[in-house]
Amino acid sequence: MQQLINFFIKNKNFILFLLLFATAFFLTVQSHSYQKSKFISSTNFVSGTLYSWTHDIDQYFSLEDRNDRLKQENGKLRDSLERFKSQSKKKVLIDSSNFDQPYTFRSAEIIANRYSHKDNYLLLNAGNSDSINTDQGVITDRGIVGIVESSSSNYSRVISILNSQSSISARLKNSNHFGSLTWNAKDPNVVQLIDIPRLAPIKKGDSIVTNGRSFIFPAGIPIGKIQDFKLDEGQSYYHIDVKLFNDMTDIGFVYVIENKNREELEEIDREDGK
Amino acid sequence: MENRPARHIIRFVFLVLLQVLILNNINFMGLINPYPYIWFILLLPIDLSKWKTLIYSFFIGLAIDIFEDTGGMHAAASLVVGFFRGTMLRFSFGISYDFQNLKFSKTPFLQRLSYIFISVLIHHFIFFMMEYFSFSHILLVLKDTLFHGIFTLVILGIFNLFLGNQKRG
Repeated sequence: MQQLINFFIKNKNFILFLLLFATAFFLTVQSHSYQKSKFISSTNFVSGTLYSWTHDIDQYFSLEDRNDRLKQENGKLRDSLERFKSQSKKKVLIDSSNFDQPYTFRSAEIIANRYSHKDNYLLLNAGNSDSINTDQGVITDRGIVGIVESSSSNYSRVISILNSQSSISARLKNSNHFGSLTWNAKDPNVVQLIDIPRLAPIKKGDSIVTNGRSFIFPAGIPIGKIQDFKLDEGQSYYHIDVKLFNDMTDIGFVYVIENKNREELEEIDREDGK
Repeated sequence: MENRPARHIIRFVFLVLLQVLILNNINFMGLINPYPYIWFILLLPIDLSKWKTLIYSFFIGLAIDIFEDTGGMHAAASLVVGFFRGTMLRFSFGISYDFQNLKFSKTPFLQRLSYIFISVLIHHFIFFMMEYFSFSHILLVLKDTLFHGIFTLVILGIFNLFLGNQKRG
């Protein structure tokens, strides 16, 4: 017994080192696994407040650029609204209660943007109290950004598409072949689309959009265009480099999408799978 | 070296804020950021007991992790630097460390450089091992260690100049 105690006293530094290292290692392993509740996260009060202060100062420098983008988007929306109006005049509306569409868009600001790691996360200045919850999609006017991973009452953490664990389902705009988006951690503006069968008609410059299979994003949200493609080793699937429409290094305001029918859809999907 | 705790606390806060507010947003040539916060560990008092060194190193790493959402990667890397600090001090400064009369700001340039260089190398290597988390990415780890390490060394060089001035003034 005495020897055992002596051993501990003699090696107390090394034991402390192992203990702390195990803690750090555990936290690291946890951060490498997708979608788990995390103890160490920037959605806490201190870092959230600090980031929103700096964001308050920071945003003044990009006001002009943002106004331009908002104007452009307004123009686009007005355009499609007019088109919709002229279409709907011809139709007879029977049941107005069916017109409630399932997606709600809420605007939020990115207060911390990261793209230099292998697994990147963004921080939003809105959380539970703004009805932003786990598994809601995040997009900008140009294209998709990521999926909300966890949220505190005032902040939420978004798993970026620039994350090796993120895998968002996407399809070609001009056909229904779908695959999943991954990232090889090299260029923050180029992601990889895999599992597109070789039968699919693809060429450089084609657009890639979301396909709505995950119930997180509505179908048809733009992602990017094909920059380069090649067949994989098995010669049966394409490996496509997709240039994002978004500049992931410069994201200001975003829209968070809530799908009100998601639970229902998931339930039905599960029953189907059995 | 000063042993007043206030100076170390201020240095801790300053380095964490510098890291998360400014340096994490540099992204030089796309992806390169320096991590000079290990300056805090390097400048801890020489006669500080080892277990305290370990705990302080762990917590400055963890503070960075919280802001960067990197799990425990910085904590692990700086903990390892804290663990080998004694060894590196003895290796770089030799006999003057053993006699406990080391004044960091009065050490020869080359000895100081070797101390800083080895620490940065260890820290960055462990950090990027943790980040890529696989041995098959070892080349990427080494590449990142080199590029980020050079950047960190430049920043630490600038800190080093300030240290000299502080003492003279």
